Amino acid sequence: MKPRQSTGTPMFLRMLTRAAILRKRTALSALIAIIVAASASTAMLNLFVDVQGKLRKEFRGFGANIIVEAKTGGSFTRDDLQHINSAAAGHGLAVPFAYAVGHTSDGEAVVIAGTDLELVKRLNPWWAVSAWPQRPGQALVGVRAEKILAPSGEPFTLGYQGRTLHLSPAGTVRTGAGEDSRVYLSLQEFQAWTGLQPSVVEIAAYGSAAEVSSLLSTLRQSAPAADVRPVRQVTEGEANILKKTRSTLLWSAIFIVSTAALCVLATLTGWVFDRRRDFAIMKAIGASDWLIAAFVAGEAAVLASVGALLGFMAGVGIAAWIGRANFHAPVSPRLDVFPPVLIGCLLVTLIATLLPLRLLRHIQPAMILRGE
Amino acid sequence: MFVRLVYESFRRQTRRKLLMATAVTLGAAVSTAMIAIAIDIGDKISHELRSYGANLVVTPADANLDVQIGSVNLKPAGGAALIESDLPKIKGIFWRNNITGFTPELPVNVKVGGADATLLGTYFAQTLTFGKQEFTTGARKTFPWWKVNGAWPADDSNQVLVGEKLASRLGIKSGSKIQINGVDDPVVGIVSTGSVEDDEIVAPLGLAQRIAEEPGAVGKIFVSAVTKPEDAFARRNPDSLTPADRDRWYCSPYPQSIAFQLQEVIPHSHAEQIRQVAQNEGNILSRIEGLMLLITLAALFTSGLAVSAAMATAMFERRQEIGLMKALGAGQFALSAIFVTEAVLLACAGGLVGFAGGALLARKLGQTIFGSAIAVEPVLLPLILGLAIIVTFAGSAAAIRRAVKYDPVNALRGEA
Repeated sequence: MKPRQSTGTPMFLRMLTRAAILRKRTALSALIAIIVAASASTAMLNLFVDVQGKLRKEFRGFGANIIVEAKTGGSFTRDDLQHINSAAAGHGLAVPFAYAVGHTSDGEAVVIAGTDLELVKRLNPWWAVSAWPQRPGQALVGVRAEKILAPSGEPFTLGYQGRTLHLSPAGTVRTGAGEDSRVYLSLQEFQAWTGLQPSVVEIAAYGSAAEVSSLLSTLRQSAPAADVRPVRQVTEGEANILKKTRSTLLWSAIFIVSTAALCVLATLTGWVFDRRRDFAIMKAIGASDWLIAAFVAGEAAVLASVGALLGFMAGVGIAAWIGRANFHAPVSPRLDVFPPVLIGCLLVTLIATLLPLRLLRHIQPAMILRGE
Repeated sequence: MFVRLVYESFRRQTRRKLLMATAVTLGAAVSTAMIAIAIDIGDKISHELRSYGANLVVTPADANLDVQIGSVNLKPAGGAALIESDLPKIKGIFWRNNITGFTPELPVNVKVGGADATLLGTYFAQTLTFGKQEFTTGARKTFPWWKVNGAWPADDSNQVLVGEKLASRLGIKSGSKIQINGVDDPVVGIVSTGSVEDDEIVAPLGLAQRIAEEPGAVGKIFVSAVTKPEDAFARRNPDSLTPADRDRWYCSPYPQSIAFQLQEVIPHSHAEQIRQVAQNEGNILSRIEGLMLLITLAALFTSGLAVSAAMATAMFERRQEIGLMKALGAGQFALSAIFVTEAVLLACAGGLVGFAGGALLARKLGQTIFGSAIAVEPVLLPLILGLAIIVTFAGSAAAIRRAVKYDPVNALRGEA
C-alpha cells in the first residue's frame, strides 16, 4: 500500500490500518493467539453438541432398547403388528420374532424362531454369523444347536406338532446367549410351517431418553394387547455412560478454552504495555483519554473479529477431522456456535486491552516518554 | 556476572516474568490433566461399562440346549451342572483383579399355587474366600439394573424375591408368603429387571439347590470382567500361536483370554463372551478413548501455541534491553545463553507448578465424574517439563533471534 498524502481516509481508520501494518509482528502474534483460542473453543463446542448423537449411534449397537411382547403366551394379530410397526416407523428399527418349540429327529426339544433376517442383521450387529441364509429351505443355526442337529453341516429335519420341515444349515450364529441354542428361519417359512404369528417385537429406538420414552407411551397406546417394556440393562447403561462422557468433555472444553483465553489476555496485555510510548506521544500532541481508548478498542475489536472468523473456520475443520478419524462420520459444522465464539473473543480482547490502558492513564506522558 | 544478569532480570521485571510463568503454568496444568484423563479414561469407562452387566458366561461343557422362550423355561430339570465349590477359583485366575463380580444361576421349575413357574437360585451379596482373599459378589454387583422394592434376601436364608409381573398376577406383596412346591417361604421384596426375571421367583442359591435336590449344583455363571477391546490378535486361536505370542495373548485382558482362563479353573466348563455386551463394550470403549486422545492432542497443540504466542510478545518487548547489551559489547552467544537460561528456568518453574496443579485437577475431576480419583503417573513429570521447555523455546526463539540480529542502534531508538 502506497502512503497517501491526501487525507481522503478518515484519520481514525488510517491510524488503525497503519498501526496494524507497521507493527505487524506483534499484531500477528496477538492474532494467532486469538485464532488458536477461537478455533479451540469452536472445535470443543461443536464436538460437545455433536458427540452425544454420535455416541448414541454406537450405543444402538447393543440392539433393542424396547421389547413389545404379546401378553402371557399369546401372539400378535396382523392388526397389532401393523399398529406397532406404524408407531415405531421413523423412530426406530422394529423386528418381529415368532417362537415355537419343535423337536429334532431324535426327539430332543429345540427352540425355532422365525424372523426377518435382513432386519436382524441390522438390529444385532454383534451376532457372529458365518453365513446368512440366502434362499428358502436354509436356516441359521446356533452354534450349540448345530452340534446336535448338523455336526458336519448336513441337512436336517425338524418336527412341530406332527409336521416336519427339511432344512439345510446356511451358517451358524454365535452370541454367547440363548440364540446359540436356537434355529432361525425366515418369518414366511416359519409361518407356512407352524401357522404361528410373531409374539415379540424388538425395537431399537433412536434418539435421546425423552424420545425413547415418548415412543414407549405411543406403543402402549397403539397396542393395548401388548406388554411394552424398556430393556433396562441397555437404557440405564447408556444413560450412565453418556452422562460421564459428556461431563469429561465439558471439563476438557473448559480447560482448553480457559487456557487459550488466558493466553490471549497475556498476549494482548503485553502488547498494550509495549505501546505505551505511542499512547504517550498521542496524549502529548493532544489526544484525549477517550480517543486513545476508542482507538485501542477499535483495534482490539478488529483483531477479535478477524481472529474469531479464522478460528471458527479452523475449529470446524478440527471438529470434522476428529469426527472422521474417530467416528467415521464428520461432525457437522454448527453455525450457532459462531456467535458465542465471536462474543467471547471480543470480550476477552476488550478486557485485555482496556484494563492495562486504565493503568497507563494515570501516568504522565512525560514520564513514559522518558522511559520510566 | 551471568548469574547476576539472570537474577536481576527476574527481580526487576516481575510483571513480565509473572505473565510468562502464568502462561507456562496454565499450559502445563491443562496438558497434565488432559494427558492423565486420556490415559485413564479407558479404565474408568470400562468400569462404567460394567453397568451393562456380565460380559462372560460359563456353562457346563456338555450342557443340553436351552429351551427357553422369554421367561418360559421348558427345559427338563437335571443334566450337566457346574459345582458351586469351584466358584471361588475365579478369583485365582491371572486377570483376577479385572473380575469385578460373578453370579451363579440355577433355574428350577417349581409349582406355585398350582401353576408352573421358574425359580432362579443365585447369589445376592455372598461373601466368598479364596486363599486369604475375601470378597463379596452376586447379583447386586453384576446386575446393577435390578431394582428391589423391599429388602434383598440374605444368601443363607429361605427368603425370596418375586418378579413384579408374577407378583401382580399372584397378588403377592413384599412381606407376605409364597407357597413354593407346597412349602411357605417369606417374600422380602418385589424385583423389577425389565427382563425375564420379572416373571420368576429369585431365591438364594442354597434354596434352589434344596428344591432341585441337587446340592452344590450351579447351572451357569455370569462373570463381569473389565476387558480390553478385542482386535484381530484377540481372535486368534491360542493353540495356533507361538509360545511368545501365546503368552502375550494370555496376558492381555481380552474377553477371549479371560474366558479361556475361566475355562481352565472351572472343571468341565465352557466359557464364552456374551457378545451383545462384550462386543459393544469394545466399540464404545475405543470410540471414547479415541475421542479423548484426539482432544488431548488438540489441547496440547492449543496450549503450546497459546503459550508460544504469549512468550513471543513478552520477548519482543525486550528488544531495547537486548540492544543495550549488544551496544555494551555482548556477543550473540552470551546473549542467547542468558535468554535460554531464563526460558529454561521459567519453563521448569511453570512446568513444576503446572504439573502439581494439573495432577490435582485430574484427581478432583476423577472424583466428581467417576467417583474415583484419576492418578497421575510421576513418569509424566519429565514429559511435561520437556514439553514446557520446548514450547517456551519455540515461542521465544524467533523473537530472540530477531533481537540478536538487529542493529543495536535501531533497537535502542525503538525502531525495531
